Amino acid sequence: MSRATRLAKLALLALLSAFLLTPQSFADLFRPFAPGDTPPIYTQTPLLTLTINQLLLVAAATVAASALAVGFAVAATRPAGRDILPFARALANLGQTFPPVAVLALAVPIFGFGSVPTLIALVLYGLLPVFETTLTGLSGLDPALMEAARGMGLTERQRLIQVELPLALPMILSGIRLTAVIGLATATIGSTVAASTLGEVIISGLLTGNTAYVLQGGLVVSALAILIDTAFHALERAATQRSGFGS
Amino acid sequence: MIALTGVSRVFGARAVVSNVSLKVEAGTILTIVGTSGSGKTTLLRMINRLVEPSAGTVRIAGRDIRDVPPHILRRGIGYAIQGHGLFPHRTVAENIAVVPRLLGWDRRRIAARVDALLALFHLDPGAYRDRFPAALSGGEQQRIGVARALAAEPPVLLMDEPFGALDPIIRGQAQADLLAIQRRTGTTVVLVTHDMDEALHLGDRIAVMDRGRLVQEAAPAALIGAPATDFVRALLGRGDRAFQLMALSVVDDLVEPGPAPGEPIPAGTSVRAALAESLWSQRPALPVSRDGVLLGRVTRTALEAQGARP
Amino acid sequence: MGEPFATRMRPGPDARPAGRILAGLDPMGTVFAGLLSLSLLALPLMIERPNRIAAGTSLMAWSALPAAAALAVLGIVGFAAALLTLRVAPSVRLAAGASALLLLGLAAGWAADHLTPPGDRYSRVSPDAGWWLAFVVAGLAAGDGLARLRPGPGTRIAALAAVTVLAGLALRSGFWDNLSIMREYAGHSDTFGREVRIHIGLALSSVTVAALIGIPAAILARPVPALRRTLLGFLNILQTIPSMALFGMLIAPLAWIGRSVPGAAELGIAGIGPAPALVALSAYALLPVAAATVAGLDAVPGPVRDAAQGVGMTGRQRLFQVDLPLALPALLTGIRIVLVQNIGLAVIAGLVGGGGLGVFVFQGISQNAGDLVLLGALPTVALASGSAVLLDAAIAVSRGRGAERAP
Repeated sequence: MSRATRLAKLALLALLSAFLLTPQSFADLFRPFAPGDTPPIYTQTPLLTLTINQLLLVAAATVAASALAVGFAVAATRPAGRDILPFARALANLGQTFPPVAVLALAVPIFGFGSVPTLIALVLYGLLPVFETTLTGLSGLDPALMEAARGMGLTERQRLIQVELPLALPMILSGIRLTAVIGLATATIGSTVAASTLGEVIISGLLTGNTAYVLQGGLVVSALAILIDTAFHALERAATQRSGFGS
Repeated sequence: MIALTGVSRVFGARAVVSNVSLKVEAGTILTIVGTSGSGKTTLLRMINRLVEPSAGTVRIAGRDIRDVPPHILRRGIGYAIQGHGLFPHRTVAENIAVVPRLLGWDRRRIAARVDALLALFHLDPGAYRDRFPAALSGGEQQRIGVARALAAEPPVLLMDEPFGALDPIIRGQAQADLLAIQRRTGTTVVLVTHDMDEALHLGDRIAVMDRGRLVQEAAPAALIGAPATDFVRALLGRGDRAFQLMALSVVDDLVEPGPAPGEPIPAGTSVRAALAESLWSQRPALPVSRDGVLLGRVTRTALEAQGARP
Repeated sequence: MGEPFATRMRPGPDARPAGRILAGLDPMGTVFAGLLSLSLLALPLMIERPNRIAAGTSLMAWSALPAAAALAVLGIVGFAAALLTLRVAPSVRLAAGASALLLLGLAAGWAADHLTPPGDRYSRVSPDAGWWLAFVVAGLAAGDGLARLRPGPGTRIAALAAVTVLAGLALRSGFWDNLSIMREYAGHSDTFGREVRIHIGLALSSVTVAALIGIPAAILARPVPALRRTLLGFLNILQTIPSMALFGMLIAPLAWIGRSVPGAAELGIAGIGPAPALVALSAYALLPVAAATVAGLDAVPGPVRDAAQGVGMTGRQRLFQVDLPLALPALLTGIRIVLVQNIGLAVIAGLVGGGGLGVFVFQGISQNAGDLVLLGALPTVALASGSAVLLDAAIAVSRGRGAERAP
């Protein structure tokens, strides 16, 4: 990352923190977008609370989806798991063809309104990226290397933990990054079924024709997504260098 | 046929090829040999303008290649590379037909040419025409790559490590095929290789490149006899210069009248192979025959004399 | 999400002699069987409500169905579940899953007829948790069987067509008319067709716009590293804006353009209606399309590129005869990703007055009417899955030529 980009990212982080901690000091910036005398900053729930709720929701979903998807991908690449490979792939693909809103809507009759249907939609939606990248990472390893690991007498479990997973880590991380970023944007939709996320701000703006709210919610989520993306990219780079693909 | 005058190429601050002048006579093979990074491939690619020279001129048949639009120029020059570069989404026939089609030949002429080329490379047209490259062995892919380069009967053929990816046995066959086809068509060939034995075997003349400079350009025997620099000597290898030299000539000129015992060797056998046979079978002289007709004999003394420094 | 999913299935040792039962249990099938039994025996099959939004009574399979029907459903699904636990041929697994699906479809219709008093217009019968779980599991089992058969593109399209025709016939016949979701359909039949057309139109036209802009932009920007970084970076940021917010943010500027630019309003550019939805959906589709194009072109092997130039092809000939044909599978993969994604995202258009199936979803959410939500959600899922199958088949075909291996 060039120095200019890094500075821009740091500035973005500072700006975001400032806005979340003291939203009212930005009121003048948003006033032109608020119709008439309506308050330019959303105050029903503090933006900071909504942000934290959304981050927790996305983190929980990302962890769950990653654990499931990595497990599936590991199982599908073991010799005994060949049978489930096509199925696991089809399942993850199916998860992706379910529109998030549809999943939310379908989950409501069963789980009621709130965060649970959102969590389920996010997990379902996050499976495919991690699964596909893990599969690519695990099946793309140099056969000569795997042969060498077998030749040195590593057991299957040792090969998985000491060789395969560390080498596939950069790919796995890139999948988790996609899942987190997609999940962040998708979680806002959860507010249509009363999950407490920044989507609440956007929906309130849409319903009252208050573009200032739409902008607030949208920009905060975008900024979060960009920062999370950056953080994961840094992690991926570190993992790549550790596994020796860096140069 | 091909004349390079003071040709240089600079990438950024690095001179990859500096001030090379060379001539390739029509109907001959020039091999360019050097280590990786010596600029040999860049030099080759400047002949069909895949790389533009930073300085100097390249002429083909007396004409400055800058006077011809690059794609038109390239259609008149065959080009074969390591890893063959066949188009994976086209059949064998379509691959061979690429240049004729670009030149607007009619369909019947293209089909006839494709079949003739496949036959020339010992591939059954009926069986190979409609296959895709992925369904061919490495040796077959390589042959199709050369066939494609020759499809439009170009007067000049450029080859960049064309046999680099082949195993030794297929490689020997491919080299023999190339020599036979070149002798028949009279195509002028410039071939880049890092393998000195290949360069000596195929080249009428050999150009040795070292760090962007042409350090020696000579006929094979002259190169072995008088390497111009330590680099050329290192490329030739140390001990067996005499045998390299013997590998270049055949026994035909050494045949003298007279009897010799045992199985005759065929005319066209290299001096080196004949000497080896003479030592192995402990015969001081070997009979030589052509197509079953006895021509005479070669003596070990005559064979040994070929290994002397020229 | 823009990454092309490069890995493909390897042909594996999966060919089992059909009909022969090998020793031992099939792990995946056993899970399916367990879930099927759980859903039918321990969870309620249907739910009955006196009216559209009242609280309902959950009914187990044996109380929701007439005795003979209950026996048939439990018997046949149970037999299918038992088959699935064994190591049977993929075609048998497919048949077992498909017959379970068929029986569940029949059960929904039978239960609705059984539970609805004659002439009653208000009571509602809908599938409950057990039915949905069983349906999903049976679908997965059928899909698993199909996947293990490794069907070619033709077979997959044929299977899709068969399912579509079957479902269409069943809907036509009025067999499910007493189900709550069909009651909702009856209540909205005047607008349903229009919203479906708007939905498909939004998805298709936004992908077309994205392809028309994204592919040429990627082709032009790819060779220049700085330009390429800028393009992909910009599209990446565009991608992070949540869909609802992007829809909303576009309302004001588009309304302004509609008012101020002469002729714009006649073209349908306005702050409300489909215009913001179309623009937002196209914007989301740009990154995957551009990234797939770049990745596809990058994957053209160096020697092939070199040879194309070396034999004297012009830039245009290289692009159209070599680079693009070889990048086509990756490109189609990108298109598939965005088409499926945009069919789902187009639901959001319902929130900003853009129309489409989202209208029913959000009406249903606000009226707390789950079946109206389903009326919007189920067709969306069907459209997305159907287009995924179609495009996957197209990708397989585009990959096919030249991909055959040496014998």
